[in-house]
Amino acid sequence: DHHERKRKKESREAHERSHKARKMIGLKAKLYHKQRHAEKIQMKKTIKMHEQRKTKQKNDDKTPEGAVPAYLLDREGQSRAKVLSNMIKQKRKEKAGKWEVPLPKVRAQGETEVLKVIKTGKRQKKAWKRMVTKVCFVGDGFTRKPPKYERFIRPMGLRFKKAHVTHPELKATFCLPILGVKKNPSSPLYTSLGVITKGTVVEVNVSELGLVTQGGKVIWGKYAQVTNNPENDGCINAVLLV
Amino acid sequence: MASEDVERLLIQFQNEEGEVLGSPFDVPLDITPDKLQLVCNALLQKDEPVPLAFFVRGEAEVVSNLGSCVKTLAVETEQVLPVVYQPQAVFRVRAVARCTSTLQGHTEAVISTAFSPTGKYLASGSGDTTVRFWDLTTETPHHTARGHTHWVLSIAWSPDGKKLASGCKNSQIFLWDPVTGAQIGKTLTGHSKWITWLCWEPLHLNPECRFLASSSKDGSVRIWDTVLGRCEKILTGHTQSVTCVKWGGDGLLYTSSQDRTVKVWRAKDGVQCRTLHGHAHWVNTLALSTDYVLRTGAFEPATATVNPQDLSGSLDELKERALQRYNKVRGTAPERLVSGSDDFTLFLWNPAEEKKPLARLTGHSALVNEVLFSPDTRLLASASFDKSIKIWDGRTGKYLMSLRGHVGSVYQVAWSADSRLLVSGSSDSTLKVWDMKTGKLNMDLPGHADEVYAVDWSPDGQRVASGGKDKCLRIW
Repeated sequence: DHHERKRKKESREAHERSHKARKMIGLKAKLYHKQRHAEKIQMKKTIKMHEQRKTKQKNDDKTPEGAVPAYLLDREGQSRAKVLSNMIKQKRKEKAGKWEVPLPKVRAQGETEVLKVIKTGKRQKKAWKRMVTKVCFVGDGFTRKPPKYERFIRPMGLRFKKAHVTHPELKATFCLPILGVKKNPSSPLYTSLGVITKGTVVEVNVSELGLVTQGGKVIWGKYAQVTNNPENDGCINAVLLV
Repeated sequence: MASEDVERLLIQFQNEEGEVLGSPFDVPLDITPDKLQLVCNALLQKDEPVPLAFFVRGEAEVVSNLGSCVKTLAVETEQVLPVVYQPQAVFRVRAVARCTSTLQGHTEAVISTAFSPTGKYLASGSGDTTVRFWDLTTETPHHTARGHTHWVLSIAWSPDGKKLASGCKNSQIFLWDPVTGAQIGKTLTGHSKWITWLCWEPLHLNPECRFLASSSKDGSVRIWDTVLGRCEKILTGHTQSVTCVKWGGDGLLYTSSQDRTVKVWRAKDGVQCRTLHGHAHWVNTLALSTDYVLRTGAFEPATATVNPQDLSGSLDELKERALQRYNKVRGTAPERLVSGSDDFTLFLWNPAEEKKPLARLTGHSALVNEVLFSPDTRLLASASFDKSIKIWDGRTGKYLMSLRGHVGSVYQVAWSADSRLLVSGSSDSTLKVWDMKTGKLNMDLPGHADEVYAVDWSPDGQRVASGGKDKCLRIW
């Protein structure tokens, strides 16, 4: 008996709801209708989802990209990190001729930050020597000037030869030897000294990656831009400019 | 006056199988290969002098004069020295030097290329599901064969050059007519997974070129009757994907699979004869010593003209010619089979007779992608992902030399018709032509913008076709 009444009450709900919706007026009605509209949208969405699940859709006619010969089919990208092929993009970039660097604006570092004054002399009054407080790169055949005459001191502890270079598309990182500092955005003085700060463009030896130009020559040097503050981290992280 | 008292040595000419020619005689140590050639040709009593190469005791080649060879080998000068002579191909193939054209037209990567047995037509299959036929004299597209629904993974010309079979990733096989570009017969369906390799029955067994064998990832090999358009036999036995199927000239079928075995089947009734175990990882590729001759059928590369022509003659004539050529190349020994695998080694088998391998060829430091016998079956080239190509002796499997120069994995190799040159395509987007005599790089062919997936040298030796990921087909 209780079940019978419950069932009938529930079936009457639909009618009562519609009666209320028709008869309501005023602010109450506005609010109610707004709420009801949102509800209906949700209901329609779920119904559509259920419908899609029921019907079997025909497979997409388009053939997937990345066609590979039969001998490469069962193999994963064959460690694509080692086998790069950005020839076409490289050609396009070369044609554009612009320097698109990942970090276009870098905070310029002043002299007081990069160079520390070293006092010398019998009374420690002469202050013409400077010591570099940032990481720097000196070439292979670097020999210091006679200590009495050298103005800029580059401490051995802050000299680095290798950089951790990330390829931006593959997200693979390699530890590559640095060939030289191309440009330090703060000052040409730092470029000539070989100071590496955040945003410096550095040339690295990429012969390990096995890249080849269109003309068949092996690429062995590429530019990379430094992305961290090496003096704080103890290592140079850079991103390769492809 | 110091008289030149050159040491003399007793030598005996032998051919490759060990039969002696004439009696031993005395030659001075400073004799050159040219003079040896004159003597040998006189002994052979042939109408035309054949170019020959000489090997002391079958090992070291006589390059400058006999003396230097003897010294390096430290041979006893009192005994009779066997000198093996090998006839070289009478014709010479010139190395390809430049790209004559870039054929664009495919909208996706070019996955496979093949020249027809006479070298008249060129077909290429690609990831855009079409097979394109190219006209070689004008180097323009001829026909586009549409019909596949997925990437065209492998293509194979029938040995008479009248049909082309292509298999796709949706496990369908289509047959095309190169003259009109239209489909012949029905689509052959039956495999459940993609087709890995296609191989026709050799011409000398059946001049109509009726039967086709296809191997697939589903582990089975099917023999199709192309005239009736239905599957004749299904050869099951492999537990994993079958990577390569080759139809031998003696009525045997050889299949290699990812389940690390190579199986030998009888083509007539589809019964498995033998299973060859030995590899430790997937077996990627097979090569038969008579591959080249089975592919070209009745066409003799020495008679090639500048403009390739179709084969002429009735079916019986073609069969006769193909049989003659096959017997000449095969010689008295049965066919040899080489299998290359992911375990970095190759095995040399005598599949018709023994279960045990003849030799295990090690040396590569990465997986072996393709193995190929030279057309005269004397040399074997193996291309590997360790960026090198190794050359081995085709008869014994002994290591001869390594060809280094590529900076990326070497995907495919192709021999020139006279076995003197080898072209290789690699993932570093270059092709390189190597000279077998010196073992050095002959020519570097850059130009592709991306990886080179397929390489083929035309049987008349005039052209090389290469296709790759950059969607262009290049002819050199």
